[in-house]
Amino acid sequence: MRRRLRELRQYPSAIIGMTVIAMFVGLSIYAVIAIPYSEAVRLWTGGPGVWDYTPRRAAPLWYDYFTSDRRARTINVFLEDARVTSEPLEDGGERVEIVFPFEFNYDEFPKEISLFIWGTYETRTKPLHVSLRRPDGSTIVLDERNMARRGGYAYRISQDMTLRRELEMRAPHVGLLADDLADPVPLKGQYELVVESELAEGEEFDNARLVIYGQLHGVAGTDHRRRDLTVALLWGAPLGLLFGVVAAVGAQMSTFVLGGIGTWFGGVLDAVFQAITRVVIIIPILAFLIMIGHFYSRSLFVMLGFLILLNVFSGAMIMYRAMFLQAKEAPYIEAARAYGAGNFRIIFRYLLPRLAPILLPQLVMVIPSFVFLEASLAVLGLGDPILPTWGKVIFDARENGALYQGQFYWIVQPSVLLMMIGMGFAMLGFTLDRVFNPRLRGV
Amino acid sequence: MRGNVASIARFVLVRLVGLLLSVVAAVYLTVIIVNLGGELDDMRISQIQEQRAIQVAMNPEYRDIPQAERERLIQRLVEQDKRRLGLDQPFMIRSFRYTINAITLDLGRSESMTSDRGSRLVRNILLDRLPPTLILFGTVDLLLFFFAVFGALFLSRRYGSFLDRTTIALAPTSAAPGWFYGIFLIIIFGYALNILPTGRMVSAPPPDTTLAYMGSVIQHMILPVTAVLIGAVFLTIYSWRTFFLVYSSEDYVELARAKGLPSGAIERRYVLRPTLPAIITSFLLMIITTGMGQIILETVFRWPGIGRLFYQAITLHDTPVIVGTIVIQGYLLALSVFLLDFIYAAVDPRVRVGKGGGGTS
Repeated sequence: MRRRLRELRQYPSAIIGMTVIAMFVGLSIYAVIAIPYSEAVRLWTGGPGVWDYTPRRAAPLWYDYFTSDRRARTINVFLEDARVTSEPLEDGGERVEIVFPFEFNYDEFPKEISLFIWGTYETRTKPLHVSLRRPDGSTIVLDERNMARRGGYAYRISQDMTLRRELEMRAPHVGLLADDLADPVPLKGQYELVVESELAEGEEFDNARLVIYGQLHGVAGTDHRRRDLTVALLWGAPLGLLFGVVAAVGAQMSTFVLGGIGTWFGGVLDAVFQAITRVVIIIPILAFLIMIGHFYSRSLFVMLGFLILLNVFSGAMIMYRAMFLQAKEAPYIEAARAYGAGNFRIIFRYLLPRLAPILLPQLVMVIPSFVFLEASLAVLGLGDPILPTWGKVIFDARENGALYQGQFYWIVQPSVLLMMIGMGFAMLGFTLDRVFNPRLRGV
Repeated sequence: MRGNVASIARFVLVRLVGLLLSVVAAVYLTVIIVNLGGELDDMRISQIQEQRAIQVAMNPEYRDIPQAERERLIQRLVEQDKRRLGLDQPFMIRSFRYTINAITLDLGRSESMTSDRGSRLVRNILLDRLPPTLILFGTVDLLLFFFAVFGALFLSRRYGSFLDRTTIALAPTSAAPGWFYGIFLIIIFGYALNILPTGRMVSAPPPDTTLAYMGSVIQHMILPVTAVLIGAVFLTIYSWRTFFLVYSSEDYVELARAKGLPSGAIERRYVLRPTLPAIITSFLLMIITTGMGQIILETVFRWPGIGRLFYQAITLHDTPVIVGTIVIQGYLLALSVFLLDFIYAAVDPRVRVGKGGGGTS
């Protein structure tokens, strides 16, 4: 056995396969350490406050290498970076002016612009006067009637319809930064967003932040809910591996052991197993998983359980049985029977171990089909509702028109990862099969 | 000869019974799952109660009737409804009836889905969607079979050549299912290059002439068929070529070559014939796998077939249609298995002799 394992080294596909698998195992370990499970679930579920400052549907940063234009990255201007001046007023209180400076030197417009402002006011709302000073000297008034709400308020400049109309129907994040509204190209240079307001005694601005959302974000881009896809791409690895390996091991080992037991005892037990196998083999597993997922539970673990159950009496049983029948006749097994060994002792100490080398390649070869099965369910929308898997990302992408809107990275990244993990296991499994399967010796 | 017919007949009968059992089991399980193990009934009954209660409350005729009497009226109406819909019998008993009905293709009417012509009969809905699936499935399987056989034969003659080694290297591509490659093909040829349609079976509006219609269907079939072929062909060619190699190293093949028989004859009589059982088994498993992936393939390509119908029925929870699609899928699969088993029985001499593990098992 060990000799055969060493043989593996001569096959390049085995080496490639093992390297790829090692890479994914490494990625999984990194994912679990860098973003612990509860954190991953929290990030992936999103909600207010989690992904507010990332752009929606942004492409990955490395897209820039493929175009000569430099596309916008997200610019954050915090209160600390702003110039705050206050002027006392006659009837108490003060006029506060916050100036957010930022430099825009990109060749293409940002995706969105939003101003976040937190304050404690006596009234429920506070009027803000917002204007933009541009590098060419002009000033555009954004909104005079804007009302900041007590607590936290987000002025979504890009969705301001009045402003849009004033900018000849250009989206604000384009119109505000355009050199010429007729043929918009970003005006590069130093900008200043000015926020003025009158605060009474005791009122104050607690915090403020100007976010100019970029077109690009992160290693993997973002999705329709502003979630950084790196979370899902990273965590897809351990989840995919978990699902694939557990399902494969659970199902194949059960099949192997039951096959051995059935073949050894023969007679009625064997006939029953064979009958069950022939009946179960036709049941469309995917269809049933879809039904279970839709009507009962979509939890990954429930699916896993059912999948293992449905796969125990499968085609593999037939193959193992044929091999066990042959192995059963070996002389040392007969010897064991002669010295009075119990049935189960013979099965577990002699029969099963003899065929264990066949089990290994089968196990490895079957892992990709389970990984893809989980992806299939997720692509149909029946994936685990809270866990970030690659299939789920593909589903989200298709559901939200990624292909129509040109956000190819959204679909391609998880697909490529799925492909790689599948090929890795398949390559290793193939070579294992060629090394261990006696029938394939010499071909 | 008579002995041959008898043993083949016996073999066929055994397989038939087994297949029927599978379909029955699959359908019964479906009936249970779709009805949520009987819970669906409870939901329906409370729905009926609510409806009748509202109905009676809104009806001006019943306004003057005392409360107790109104309650009894509602109960009577509910009981009537239950008897009409068969909900008065316990679910377990009804499940058997549903199963038997389904098996005998008495599929009833759908809850909300309709066929293209507006019929609510499940049979019509299924018949609408059956041809597209058969076209796709049939084309794929036929193409796969012929590519694989010729490819495998070709490669078995050129053992160790560049093509041979490339195919072996590409065999792991079958780890990914057809629909997966389909997504990539759609992106490349549908969206990026825009030369092939990204989904559906015919262009909308469909062309007028039959010839143009067929052309449109073929055009829409290119991507899905290619996708499934990519996902299956390398592995199949590899495993079949391995079979051929194993069998062509047998002594009797050496003898035939020594005798001077033309290589075509050798292949046909001495190599192809004994490999056929193994190839048929392998092809069978391939069909089962493709059949299962059909659901997702049809969803990805928006192909109007049974797989997509199944998925739509599930989202709409249209119970009769769900059961109907499972029955049809089950029978189609069973039919394919049976046909192949039949061919296997005709081809494998061990079956005629009566010895050995019978069937594709």
